[in-house]
Amino acid sequence: MMPKMMPRTLFEKLWSQHLVRELDARTGLLVIDRVLLHERTGGVALRALREAGRRIVSPRQVFATMDHVVDTLPGRTDRTIMPTGTDFIRALREEAQANDIWLFDIGDAGQGIVHVISPEQGIVLPGMTLICPDSHTCTQGGMGALAWGIGSSEAEHALATGTLRVKKPATMRIAVRGRLSTGVTAKDLALHILQRFGSSFATGHVIEFAGEAIDAMEIEARLTLCNLATEMAAFTAIIAPDAKTIDYVRGRRFAPIGDRWERAVADWEQLASDPGAVFDREFTLDAADVAPMVSWGTNPQQSARIDGVVPAAREGEPATTHGRSLEYMALDEGAALAGLSIDAAFIGSCTNSRLSDLRRAADQLRGRKVAEHVRAICVPGSSSVKMQAEAEGLDQVFRDAGFEWRESGCSMCFFAGGESMPAGARVISSTNRNFESRQGPGTRTHIASPEVVAASAVAGRIAAPVAALGEA
Amino acid sequence: MPAPFTSETGVLAPLLRDNVDTDAIIPSREMRSVGKDGLAEGLFAGWRYTAIGGRDLDPAFVLNTPRYAGARFLLSGLNFGCGSSREHAAWALAEYGIRAVLARSFNPIFFGNCVRNGIVPVELPGSTIDVLAAYVESASDPAITVDLTACAVIAGEGVHTFSLDAEAHEMLLHGLDPVALTLRFGAEIDAFRASDRKLRPWAYL
Repeated sequence: MMPKMMPRTLFEKLWSQHLVRELDARTGLLVIDRVLLHERTGGVALRALREAGRRIVSPRQVFATMDHVVDTLPGRTDRTIMPTGTDFIRALREEAQANDIWLFDIGDAGQGIVHVISPEQGIVLPGMTLICPDSHTCTQGGMGALAWGIGSSEAEHALATGTLRVKKPATMRIAVRGRLSTGVTAKDLALHILQRFGSSFATGHVIEFAGEAIDAMEIEARLTLCNLATEMAAFTAIIAPDAKTIDYVRGRRFAPIGDRWERAVADWEQLASDPGAVFDREFTLDAADVAPMVSWGTNPQQSARIDGVVPAAREGEPATTHGRSLEYMALDEGAALAGLSIDAAFIGSCTNSRLSDLRRAADQLRGRKVAEHVRAICVPGSSSVKMQAEAEGLDQVFRDAGFEWRESGCSMCFFAGGESMPAGARVISSTNRNFESRQGPGTRTHIASPEVVAASAVAGRIAAPVAALGEA
Repeated sequence: MPAPFTSETGVLAPLLRDNVDTDAIIPSREMRSVGKDGLAEGLFAGWRYTAIGGRDLDPAFVLNTPRYAGARFLLSGLNFGCGSSREHAAWALAEYGIRAVLARSFNPIFFGNCVRNGIVPVELPGSTIDVLAAYVESASDPAITVDLTACAVIAGEGVHTFSLDAEAHEMLLHGLDPVALTLRFGAEIDAFRASDRKLRPWAYL
């Protein structure tokens, strides 16, 4: 008779399933199922690997895309506004060809932001280990995969050995009771958690998001929530796959078919934390406490309810951190956030640029116009999202309202020396980082959900989405 | 591979903020070439120079002050190295000459990047960070010793021990190449993959 197994967390199941050997009491050698690369950090990893005389163990399990430095203006080519961007694009293309790696190149319908296209193409699957030299790889935990960001050297390691040496993280469960209110999104929940617990509360932990609010979320919302786990300093985040996940994966380009599909589904249906599984830390939140949020400072933890004010320093926070943020953002403690005049609005990024995001933003824009002094830009997360949005006529809604409608890519989520917002510009942005100069020299970024961005673009100042105001 | 790190002495510069992100350590605009070199000039560019894109030193920035010139160590707060996974942050620090960062906590990807590049991520409690901050401000010479063999920071009379997981400690102490270490298990990895392929055929393409 089999001994009765201790209840295990989802993370522990995936850890043991992928464990080749224990290297020491705290470090495991894990087999890596998928490696994703982009032109910003992918070319350098592939080049270094080649220069070291090493080869890729399983190139068919490696996928690459152009997203970070490629332009998003219509009619784009290898030429970039970023002065040396072309070098990055060509280096990745050359290395991908030399190594027989699948590349979603410029002009390919599968091209897009790495964490948008991977779920979309069925590259990431539930239960997989997946790594990418990009901090937002945790996004893909929303698919029920163990997916995390690493540096270039570790990417080289995974490519050359098919494995990674991983320090085993502690486990944390964040359960969210009840359902988010209308107009309150996964982005708001993530900012609520960041505001409440800070930017490093999850250091050394893998977070499992669970509870009714998470069960009720569509896959794209789960991806948004997990996306911000890196801003919590987590190793990564994961959400147990369920029927929605399996429905989402079915029929995607690289998803298994036939007997492989049946076997995969049977495996995925077992992927949940057992009842009674013990987590190192557990938090329970009430969805009803979450309101539309907006960041006010230069780190995502510096966020507040959109109807709130710029708060005092956090307990234990160095005065220099808080003061510097206020000075940089040109804000005073106690200032109201709603009503702050904005110069620009940006919808895009691996956080919030999927079809559902664009639909919700478009709902705020239909029949309305962006305020005259605001430059508004929408960058779909993938070429496929862009095409689907166009098929639904969303592009026309954005254009009619006064938004620029772009090709897909990371675009102005960050400034890499190319396109940028003007110095000192106050930008409302559906992205993930409000760091100093993130969207251009001296830019003041406020991160929020796509509907807050769209509503603010129309108002010309930070504003709650129309429906959320009506129901508040 | 990075040089082995046993014990080193040098100036400790205080950068006492929480959440020093990798965009601040090296702005994306400073990562101009497809390579790992030529990045030291871009280190802390947004704070170090008076204008974005310029090279005129801002005298107020700690690394530009005579007292902390040639710093070999940095002292900081919570979640150092948060943000982008760019290993360029570690490459830039290493090229500039930074050998260890002492902070209350580190962002995990940055932590790994430090270890891969011979920079010691020294995690210390807030009270010790405060003691060290006071020390570098008042000592005639703001220099300390980081002894990795003993896992200790020595600042004047004060000896502050720290812990580092065994894997990271070994890598840094001996300047090891993790890929070469892992490839020693090549046969074991192949065997694992072969049996795993039978269990999870959909995971293999």
